[in-house]
Amino acid sequence: MNGPQDLGGMMGFGPVRPEADEPVFHGEWEKRALALTLASAALGEWNMDMGRHARESLPPHIYLSVSYYEIWTRALANMLAERGMVTAEELAAARQLVPPVPTKKPKADKAQVAAALAKGSPYDRQVDQPARFALGERISTKVMHPATHTRLPRYARGKTGEIVAVHGAFVFPDSHAHGLGEQPQWCYGVKFSGRELWGPDSDSGLEVIVDCWEPYLQDRAA
Amino acid sequence: MRALETVLLAKGYVDPDALDLIVETYETKIGPRCGAQVVAKAWVDPAYRQRLLADGTSAVAELSFAGRQGEHLKVVENTDQLHNLVVCTLCSCYPWPVLGLPPVWYKSAAYRSKAVMDPRGVLADFGLTLPPEKTIRVWDSTAEIRYLVLPQRPAGTEGLCEAQLAELVTRDSMIGTGLPLAAGASQ
Repeated sequence: MNGPQDLGGMMGFGPVRPEADEPVFHGEWEKRALALTLASAALGEWNMDMGRHARESLPPHIYLSVSYYEIWTRALANMLAERGMVTAEELAAARQLVPPVPTKKPKADKAQVAAALAKGSPYDRQVDQPARFALGERISTKVMHPATHTRLPRYARGKTGEIVAVHGAFVFPDSHAHGLGEQPQWCYGVKFSGRELWGPDSDSGLEVIVDCWEPYLQDRAA
Repeated sequence: MRALETVLLAKGYVDPDALDLIVETYETKIGPRCGAQVVAKAWVDPAYRQRLLADGTSAVAELSFAGRQGEHLKVVENTDQLHNLVVCTLCSCYPWPVLGLPPVWYKSAAYRSKAVMDPRGVLADFGLTLPPEKTIRVWDSTAEIRYLVLPQRPAGTEGLCEAQLAELVTRDSMIGTGLPLAAGASQ
C-alpha cells in the first residue's frame, strides 16, 4: 500500500540527527515496547509481514509524528484488538475485563524465547520452478499500486535495473501479510542508477540496490 | 504501555521472565561490539574475509553470532572506489545479531527518505565527506536479507592486534554513515 512507511525520496524531514552516546533504550517504556512486541508475536496469531502491515496501516499523520517504538506499540494494540485478544476497554481500564481467547501457540517461556531469538526464523524456501531472471540481466520493475502490503517501494516502480544477486526463493510478503500463505517466490538484488531513479540531476556516482521478489519484475520495457 | 503490559500479563499471553530476558539480551548481550569483532577478524584473516563476503550468515556464526533478524546476512565491502550505505526505507530492517537494535536515527523519516536519493547529504549530516569520484552504493533492505558494511582498515594499524582493531570499528562504520576510527583513537 502507498502508506506512510514508503519514505524513500520524500523531502522535508530535515537533517538526520545522530544522538551522541545513544543508549539502547530511552527509558523503561521502550524496553517494554520491544519485549511485548516480540513476546506477543510468539503466540503465532500473526506473522512478521502482518506485523509490518499493521504498522504501515496506521494513519499517516500518526505514523509520521510518533517514535518508532510507539508505531510498534500502536500496531500491536490494533492487532490484539482485531483478534479480540485485548479490547480497547481493557486498555482504557488497564485491567482484564473479558477472558483470554485461545491462541495458535501457548505463551513462550524464558527458555523458548531465548531459543527463538538465538535461532531466528529463516524466510528462505525451496521451490520447484527455476528463477526466471539471471545475473547480469536487465529487467524492469512493474508499475503497481496495490492497496495491500508490498515491499516494492514507490521510488523503484517502473524503473529499469540490473539483476546483481539471485538470493533464492523467499516467503512472499504480499500474500503472507494477508493470510494467503507463504507462496515463496524468487528474490533478486536489483541495481538501479541514481539517474534512472531520480533523473538527470541525480548524483552520477549513486547506485541503489533494492531486493525485489520475482512478481515485481518483468522483461525490460522496450 | 503499562496498561498493555498489565492486561497481557493478566490474560496469560506473555511471561514476565520472558519479557525480562528479551530486554536483557538486547541491552547487554547483542550489540555493535559483535559486528566489530567480525570486521576486525576480516581485517587480519584474509581467508575469513573471503568466507564472510561469500556467505555472511555462516561466517558470523563461526563467531557464535546468529539469530533473529540475521537469518540471511550479506556483508558488503568498502573499497577505494566504492562506499556502501545501508537503509530500510520501508521500516527498520537491521542486522540485529551483529549490530543490536537500530539507533533512533536509523528508523527516522529523515534518514529513510534521504538515504536512497541523497546519500552524500546524509553523510554530510554525520560530518563525513567522501571524494566526489567515489561511487556510493545504497542497499535498501526491502526483503529478508540483512546488510553489514565491511569498512576499510584504517592506515597505520599494521601493528595492532585483532582486539585493538575491533576498538576502532564504530557502529556507524558498519552501516556506512561513518568510517572506522583512526589508529590511536578510542570510542
